[in-house]
This record gives sequence, C-alpha cells and structure tokens, in this order.
Amino acid sequence: MPRVVFTSHLQRHVACAESEVGGATVGAALEAVFRSQPQVRGYVLDDQGELRKHVFVFVDGRRAGLHDGVQAASAIHVLQALTGG
Amino acid sequence: MRLYVATRKGLFTIEPGRWTLGKPSFLGDPVTALVRQGDSVLAALNLGHFGVKVRRSDDGGETWNEVAAPAYPAKPEGAGDKTPWKLVQIWTLEAGGDSLWAGTIPGGLFRSQDRGESWTLVRSLWDRPERLEWFGGGYDHPGIHSVCIDPRDANAMTIAISCGGVWKSPDAGASWSLAGKGIYADFMPPERREDPNIQDVHRLVQCSAQPDVLWAQHHNGVFRSTDGGANWHDVKALAPSRFGFAVAVHPGDPQTAWFVPADKDERRVPLDGKLVVARTRDGGRSFELLRRGLPEAPAYDLVYRHGLAVDPTGNLLAMGSTTGGLWVSEDQGDSWRCVSAHLPPIYAVRFA
Repeated sequence: MPRVVFTSHLQRHVACAESEVGGATVGAALEAVFRSQPQVRGYVLDDQGELRKHVFVFVDGRRAGLHDGVQAASAIHVLQALTGG
Repeated sequence: MRLYVATRKGLFTIEPGRWTLGKPSFLGDPVTALVRQGDSVLAALNLGHFGVKVRRSDDGGETWNEVAAPAYPAKPEGAGDKTPWKLVQIWTLEAGGDSLWAGTIPGGLFRSQDRGESWTLVRSLWDRPERLEWFGGGYDHPGIHSVCIDPRDANAMTIAISCGGVWKSPDAGASWSLAGKGIYADFMPPERREDPNIQDVHRLVQCSAQPDVLWAQHHNGVFRSTDGGANWHDVKALAPSRFGFAVAVHPGDPQTAWFVPADKDERRVPLDGKLVVARTRDGGRSFELLRRGLPEAPAYDLVYRHGLAVDPTGNLLAMGSTTGGLWVSEDQGDSWRCVSAHLPPIYAVRFA
C-alpha cells in the first residue's frame, strides 16, 4: 500500500502520523489518511478541496497533483513549498 | 486585562503597568487577529504553507487548543464570480452576545455560536450582488477588517470592507443594508466617487458610550458619523496628513479619537520621517499632534489598521508598527513609552 509521509514542519502544527493507506491516486490516498486523521485535512487541502497553494506533494520523488496515480509501493511525501513562508 | 500584540512571528502578551514582554505564543507563526470571549481568548493564525487556523486559550494564553477555522463552501460552477472562495486571512475577530464574528479576506463574514468550534458563512452578505463590485485594498481580494457590535444590542452590527464600504445589519447578519452616505473617494472616476459600495474604509471604530458615533479612517481621509453610520461628514482638520490606516475612539467620549497620519498613499510612511499621533477632543474640529516619547526623525514606522488600540478606561493606548516598534501611553497619548523597537512586524494590538 502507498506510504504517506508528512514534513516535520507540518508535525509542528498538527499530529500527522506516517501511514500506509489504500488508494490509486494521490487524492484517494490522502482521503484515506484524512479518514483516520481528520485534523490534517485543512492543513493540506484548501476550502475547495484543492492542494494548498504552498503545499507540494511528491510521489516517488516526482512532483504530483491530487489526480496523479500511485503504485502500491509508492512513497507520497507531503511537504511545504519554499514559497509561502 | 492584558495587552496582546499579534505579529508576523507570534503573539506577545504584556501586563499593563510593568510593560515587559512575556513569553511569546506561536513563535515563528503569523498571528493576524485576536479577541476575548468570556474567559477565553481566540487567536487567528495564518500559516504560510498550511493555511488559516484558529486557536483558543481558556487559561489566559498559557496553553492553546485548535478550534475550527472558517471555511468557504464549494464554489458553484459558472458563478461569474472572479473571487476564489478560499479563506486567505482572518482580518478581524469580534465577540458580542453569544457570537464570535470573523471578518475575512476574500470578503466573507463568518459567525460562530459555539466558541469557535464551528463557523458559518453569513450568506446574506456573501450572496449580495454588490459583493461582485468589491475589490482588494492592500491585498489581492476584498476583506472585512472592522466589525462593530452595538453595545446596546448585540444584533446590531456595522462592518467595513476594503474596498466595499460600510454595511449595517440590525438582526445579527440576517439582513444587510449598504450605509456610508457622504463618504467619498477622490481617487475613483467621478461617476463612482461617492458610490458607497466601493469605498476603501481602512478602519471603522464605534464609541462604546455613544454607539451612534462612528469614526472611519479612509484611504481618502477621515470621516465621522453621528447617526450610526448612515450619514458621514469628512474631518478636514487632521494634520499633517489625512491618510492613514488606524483610528481609535475613546470608549466614553465620542468627541475624542486618535489617528496615526502617514504620508499620503503613494508613500505610506510618516511625513518627513516623523512618527506622530493626532488626537482630537472636539469631534474632529481640531487636532493636537502628540510626539513625546516617540522616536526622533527619521522614523519610518507605519501603523497598520489594527495597530492602534485603547483600553476600556480610555486612558491606556497601545501602538505597534510594521517595523516592529511598540509604544504605550498611560495618559491618553500625551506621552509614550517604547516597549520594544525590535519586535516582528506588528499586525494588531489589543487590550483584552
């Protein structure tokens, strides 16, 4: 199952444990995380359910969006962009 | 009663009388607004990457817990509305009756009746067709920076928007009317100069003892109303400039108000580098310039919308600048004491 890892910068603000979740896309994997850790949603997604402007997602080292696919062995890293600070 | 100082890099708490900085909360994080409701204090954060958050303290700021942040509903397809329905910033927080109110960029007013555990967008204002004519002032999108709740009736509210004028609700936000007759904007095309829906009121304050008296620091000058905001007259006597962002009114005396004039809008610094506070005691017919204890020129401190506050006695004043200067006065502005000249940029000061 894909593994979702959050930047330590986010862990400073809200509890967000690394987790292995189901899902064929980045969005589906994140939704699975939010089901068990609902407090994380508003830190990653905006009011319209889109990735926050200054949050980046990488899948296996490549920039990705919510609709991009993930593999069972993928690592999804959620980190802060270097803009927005 | 404490003085709270919301900055680009955290929230500072100061005990009046001692005027020494306490341990900061949220060090490193932008804090944009703060309000007391009963025994609780709520602070709005604007995390650079992770969005707007609201924290509540029930122990005077020692510890903070996350409560809900306002969120805009899903934007309908084809709404013809260029404004993103996304919370950019909480610009002001106010409490009245059982309600908390959050004025936000991009122009939505939110209400909470459970101490911040949940928020509801006030659709009666958001869905007004006039909103589509509002535009940003200082930010990309319009925003509500002032929410005045009538001390006689917590359902009666007057709000101000940059740039969307002055609006009133008699019924806790169920219905709204556009007020602000007499406010004008010389920078607009002549056809729109007096259009109340596009006025850039920078800050609106209401006298607690006589709530029908409101003062507005506007992009174009200073205006005063004595009938609850329906009609306004301009206050021309303010020197050295009628431009500025902040205004505070004495809670017990509607004739007394303070301003921090800045060089007009092209520059937005103190005129000739001299930081001054202007005080009127006669409803705006004349002003005194107060400088004792303020820095010698050159001082390029700009005091932003929420950077000037008065306490409920009307004697204590606090002033914070975008270059991190913080001053207090214990004598209604006659003299000032510098608490720090080296704070992070100050967004808001508040006695609470």
